[in-house]
Amino acid sequence: MKTLKTLALGASALAMASAASAEISDGKVKIGLLTDMSGTYSDLAGPGAVAAAEMAIEDFGGTVAGAPIELVTADHQNKADIAANKAREWGEAEQVDSFAELVTTSTALAVYEIAKQQNKVVLVSGAASSPLTNDACIPSGIHYTYSTTALANGTGKAVVAEGGDTWYFLTADYAFGQALEADVTKVVEGAGGKVLGSIRHPFPASDFSSFVLQAQASGAKVIGLANAGADTTNAIKAANEFGLVAGGQSIAALLMFITDVHALGLETAQGIQLTTGFYWDMDDETRAWSEKFMERTGKMPSMVQAGVYSSVSFYLKAIEATGSDDTDTVMEWMRDRPIDDFFAKGGTIRSDGRMVHDMYLARVKSPAESKGPWDYYEIVRTIPGEEAYGPLSDSTCPTK
Amino acid sequence: MLTDLLGFPPQVLFGQLLLGLINGAFYAVLSLGLAVIFGLLNIVNFAHGALYMLGAFAAWALAHFLGLNYWVALFAAPVLVGGFGMLLERFLLRRLAGVDHLYGLLLTFGLALVIEGVFIKLFGASGQPYPTPKALTGGINLGFMFLPWYRGWVVVASLIACGVTWYIFEMTKIGAYLRAGTENPKLLQAFGVNVPLLTTLAYGYGVGLAAFAGVLAAPITQVSPLMGSNLIIVVFAVVVIGGMGSIMGAVVTGLAMGLIEGLTKVFWPEASATVIFFVMAVVLVLRPAGLFGRTA
Repeated sequence: MKTLKTLALGASALAMASAASAEISDGKVKIGLLTDMSGTYSDLAGPGAVAAAEMAIEDFGGTVAGAPIELVTADHQNKADIAANKAREWGEAEQVDSFAELVTTSTALAVYEIAKQQNKVVLVSGAASSPLTNDACIPSGIHYTYSTTALANGTGKAVVAEGGDTWYFLTADYAFGQALEADVTKVVEGAGGKVLGSIRHPFPASDFSSFVLQAQASGAKVIGLANAGADTTNAIKAANEFGLVAGGQSIAALLMFITDVHALGLETAQGIQLTTGFYWDMDDETRAWSEKFMERTGKMPSMVQAGVYSSVSFYLKAIEATGSDDTDTVMEWMRDRPIDDFFAKGGTIRSDGRMVHDMYLARVKSPAESKGPWDYYEIVRTIPGEEAYGPLSDSTCPTK
Repeated sequence: MLTDLLGFPPQVLFGQLLLGLINGAFYAVLSLGLAVIFGLLNIVNFAHGALYMLGAFAAWALAHFLGLNYWVALFAAPVLVGGFGMLLERFLLRRLAGVDHLYGLLLTFGLALVIEGVFIKLFGASGQPYPTPKALTGGINLGFMFLPWYRGWVVVASLIACGVTWYIFEMTKIGAYLRAGTENPKLLQAFGVNVPLLTTLAYGYGVGLAAFAGVLAAPITQVSPLMGSNLIIVVFAVVVIGGMGSIMGAVVTGLAMGLIEGLTKVFWPEASATVIFFVMAVVLVLRPAGLFGRTA
């Protein structure tokens, strides 16, 4: 009898679900998350990004508009061809509705191509390069967490304002490094500063002593690190070792994540200025979410991981509200509404795909200032979204 | 002046040459371990990078959990990791004796992936910081560059390791046994020498050298699970250029490739990751057995 009743309940629930998800393609919403699971960016994105997406889905209740939400993940190994192949396979054979995370610019650009052909939503969190919302933009792509433009307008501007008016770059030799160097160069020259030169190092590089020595010889006041992850931490270590800072030059780590600071230790990282889209210890909301993330992963979230949660949640909200997972419908809903959660206050998605939200200029605390584990940043200034990302009129996105 | 012709002041060039020598010292110690293992066991040890990483992690763990300093780690880590290597040889690699090289290569490559995977899971890819020993912080201004004491020490320590290895293999009785064991293990066994034990010890020694290089590298780079995989391919190229199994070849080529790479970092930084492979290709065409290898 009891079994029968359960069966009947189940059947009616199914019937309701199928009615509600009439506009959900193939009866479920499937998100494909591509990230670096084992390489140099796996700490700042990787398994933590997967955990963030899982949390977003769980907090949503596991279903949206009556349809189950499914997450599939893969390791793109920071290689564009792997990312593109996986995205194509997911889109064609596995009915994936959207792609998320995508650390490493080259993988994001590759997936943009696929998503454009297949008309799928892309929620980029990890990749930084500004071309994603300029020449390479696509109508269904959202560049969510940060960008090289914001890093340039944050750290770059602050350093020039403090008198750092001659620069020399150590640049990771791929799309991201070049985009970051170009964006910071624009800011430095715009403020009357001068770029004396740059060096393009292989990605990833294991020894930075040679590059540091050349930067030292350049005589520039500021050595800008246009790289990320292990490259940044190893470059900072080499710069300290070879007395670059002691010799009167300063280092601008143009992209640094909290996981990098954690890996370096405050003794080495103290005093570094950086621009971030998120810090766990800002208010009750950020703390509450980050504590939950910490419980699950054992680490505090990077801005990329927090951005994954926020972007996936907002995407699910759009499906819930419109009752559809159709790309154009969902994109239209998202563009019309502000993002208000622990990650962004009043964030907006522009027609070039840029999610504009406030950024923060932070300074890494000294070991004496830090009150405990992960107490790493002092927020020096809030950079309003408009200032960080520049006006839409500057964007060269053809479909804006 | 040549340097003026190339558009670089001599200071920059001297600095880069010195740095190249320092990196070359790393290559020398690592490729020496590989050469020992290949020469005596006929195994292409792709786990070498992972074992180098284990050496650095052993130093970090000794400091982090037991409070032991760098100098202790410099001896303890190679012994620990070398012991681990001997277990690998005794229980895994020995089963592949007598079969094609390819099997040993595949097994050690698989081992490397497993070891690195476990460490990424445990510690994350960004790794752990390891401080420079107090006595070697700071440096000296050489006029053309600032040389950190620690980097100077790396060259000295590496050359000592290379010298000791050369002495053991070329000048001692044990070395003679080892060389005889490669030529004709059966005959040596007939003389009452325990050849399997010798082989295990030789593998342990090669692995110990990798771990030693790992400890030397710990204060310079982050102690990260990926530190070995970034280096191992270059080191293999060095061994191929020097001639598989040649001890002298490994040391000389290691230093020379460090210098060539250092120069490339000045003149064409983008190519610095590939220049060694270019040299390798040229050497393979002109002298397939390597610069110091003996043709069979």
